[in-house]
Amino acid sequence: MKAHLTRRYLFSASHRLHNDAMTAEENRATYGKCNNPHGHGHNYALEVTVSGRVDRRTGMVCNLADLDKVVREQVLERFDHENLNTLRHFDSIVPTTENLCVVIYDILRRAFRAAHLEKVRLEETLMNAFEYEGERESL
Amino acid sequence: MVYLTRKAEFSASHYYHSPEFTPEENRRIFGKCNNPHGHGHNYTLEVTVKGDIDKRSGFVVDLKQLKEVMHREVLDAMDHRFLNKEVPEFATRIPTTENLAIAVWQRLEPNLNHAKLHRVRVYETPDLFVDFYGEE
Repeated sequence: MKAHLTRRYLFSASHRLHNDAMTAEENRATYGKCNNPHGHGHNYALEVTVSGRVDRRTGMVCNLADLDKVVREQVLERFDHENLNTLRHFDSIVPTTENLCVVIYDILRRAFRAAHLEKVRLEETLMNAFEYEGERESL
Repeated sequence: MVYLTRKAEFSASHYYHSPEFTPEENRRIFGKCNNPHGHGHNYTLEVTVKGDIDKRSGFVVDLKQLKEVMHREVLDAMDHRFLNKEVPEFATRIPTTENLAIAVWQRLEPNLNHAKLHRVRVYETPDLFVDFYGEE
């Protein structure tokens, strides 16, 4: 039988929302306070959902220790206490939480093979969250 | 179609061990969860049912009835229990959060009138939960 397992992680990072393709005025109008050139930080909460058949012998979808290891090494160590704008992932895209969510999904999709990656959900604050489930094939 | 979720909490202990593995394999696979004396969690259960809104009552489901079923079928059997020893499902299945979500589904599903069970979510801790949507 198939079940979905979700694990929650925390990390903190700073970012500045700014697009060089826009004028200074457009950037301010688009990003408001998030355009502050010095950046600002968030405590992000990341929820990773994987799915698969519950293994008859272990009773598990996947070993949680394996998932924790991949998320720690590939995501938390990469982004925690960093300025997102300085990382190569955001050389050509703005480090909005939407884009960060997609970046994390793509990293985990490649790095974690023990179960199917269903969804990445990223909370920027208690008041807003973003979810990405990969590109769906159009019906 | 409207979805309605009811929450409940219960506390129980468990440990992970399969007779199909050697003691060494059990320790390697299950780590600290293999301690035979068990350990406990405060579980949070979220039961989501779905259905059309009844024209007369304005309800998807009678919440009182849902609460009674959750208490009778799940909480009375599992709250303040050692899952491995006191809940029959776990005589042969390891009481992982995955299997717990499946067991809760199997206990609730035949006992719900009117509304259809959509999802059972079991939080083992605030940072770990399992969703079960029934057999697909």
